[in-house]
Amino acid sequence: MSQSDRTAEELLKGLWKENPTFVQVLGMCPALAVTNSAVNAIVMGLATLFVLVASSGLVSMLRHFIPKQVRISTYIVIIATFVSVADLVLQATLPVVHKELGAFIPLIVVNCLILGRQEAFAAKNTVKLAIADAIGMGLGFTFALTLLGVVREILGSGSLFGMALFGPNYEPWVVMILPPGGFIMLGLILLVFSWVKQRRQARQARQADPAPKVGVA
Amino acid sequence: MSSENLRLQVTAAPFTHSPRTTAAVMRDVSLALLPVLFAAVWYFGIVAILVVGTATLGAVLTDAVLGRQGWAGLKDGSAILTGVLLGLTLPPGIPLWMALLGGVAGIGLGKVVWGGLGHNIFNPALVGRAFLQAAFPITLTTWVAPGSGSLVSLPASTLAVPLLHVDAVSAATPLGLAKFQGTLTAVGPLLTGNVAGSLGETSAIILLAGGAYLMWRRAFDWRIPASIILTTAVLQAVASAIWPGLAPPQMMVFSGGLLLGAIYMATDPVSSPTTPRGAWIFGAGIATLVVLIRNWGGLPEGVMYAILLMNAASPLIERATQPRVFGRDKRRLL
Repeated sequence: MSQSDRTAEELLKGLWKENPTFVQVLGMCPALAVTNSAVNAIVMGLATLFVLVASSGLVSMLRHFIPKQVRISTYIVIIATFVSVADLVLQATLPVVHKELGAFIPLIVVNCLILGRQEAFAAKNTVKLAIADAIGMGLGFTFALTLLGVVREILGSGSLFGMALFGPNYEPWVVMILPPGGFIMLGLILLVFSWVKQRRQARQARQADPAPKVGVA
Repeated sequence: MSSENLRLQVTAAPFTHSPRTTAAVMRDVSLALLPVLFAAVWYFGIVAILVVGTATLGAVLTDAVLGRQGWAGLKDGSAILTGVLLGLTLPPGIPLWMALLGGVAGIGLGKVVWGGLGHNIFNPALVGRAFLQAAFPITLTTWVAPGSGSLVSLPASTLAVPLLHVDAVSAATPLGLAKFQGTLTAVGPLLTGNVAGSLGETSAIILLAGGAYLMWRRAFDWRIPASIILTTAVLQAVASAIWPGLAPPQMMVFSGGLLLGAIYMATDPVSSPTTPRGAWIFGAGIATLVVLIRNWGGLPEGVMYAILLMNAASPLIERATQPRVFGRDKRRLL
């Protein structure tokens, strides 16, 4: 496998095959807490993407330098630095969204997806691959959060990115912008995800073995 | 005698069969619900049939389309019963699209995702009701006074366009009156059902008659409703003796969804314990939660949440109340 193929593979795996939210089920706290509107979800996803890419690059760069014994705390210091950057930038540029996301911006530090990628990938791979992996994972996370945010905002507020879709008489599904709605929606999306995966696997199995066994439903 | 007949016949258990199938039990329960439905039509008009029918349609379609057995899975009648029960817990003025959504959510989230009939932890009808209550809290607590329209007239909100809101006039339920206005309702109207409330939770006499029929048919575990009603009465007698402002026990038992819940919801064989002692504990737990929520919670009614919470506890209760194997285990407290 050529080098560019490998980079592309690491980049793409986070979008679908190893999607951080729907397959790895990591970073559940922001995925449930801030996806009550599409804007919040997108901003949280992009902030996480930035922190993830910057930290993965730096960790990968420093991977031979960081002593094994203190690697986790070193990762946390690096991640926290970039989270502070993201926090301050958001505060300066998008004060309204920043206020709505509240404590969840500083809490990106403890997003297990970010620490997980440092330990599992960035610390063992070259800077190029680490950044490719981080971009893929970050985009996959943003995609998942946005999907949740869009569905929950449409049902829970009758709007999309703050624009009313169904006129002033819309009867909002209050539950969808509350925590239970986050759990219900996430569960349903996971359901669809594994259903699609099962169908794909069944199709591949059929192609590999064209004579289906009789009596197997 | 031929040599064949002398051979030892080896067959597998079970050797006794009960004619009591799931479908037969569901039929009995549905039959016992018919008078409740008639009472709902009597007090709220033809809209009762529309609401119950729409909820049932949602439940049946969801079970047929998403259920593992497809259309064949409808034969046991459980989806129909879930829909009817859900419909009876809804307020008479609910928009029909919400009733349909409730049926879909009840079967979809309450039954199909767990693996179908027998695998669900929670009562599917109450899951549908809880979903609607969480999604549309105002509509689900907007009540229509009984006899406020003619038999065939519909409340304005019934035919609301899906997803859109329609304002409706609300009457207060006896529990709401007691909680927020300090007005008590006499036992007479509670027994006949001439009070505002959900479609099926109005007439205590009809609900108790249905319960008696089910007990006679042995279609349910009578210990669960008995335990709920007795515990509620005793706890509320004690509570209202200590705090005189609280509703008297007879009102507690005959009002709101307590009888409907105790007789038709809590007795769901899938989500309630099967051991006799477990049934008593299960009922007592529901009653305790109902008394707590109604007297001191933020809502006037709490039967739905009480049953759902105890549904979650029923596997634990079941495990704690397994009968002792004779001669083997030591006696334990529970």
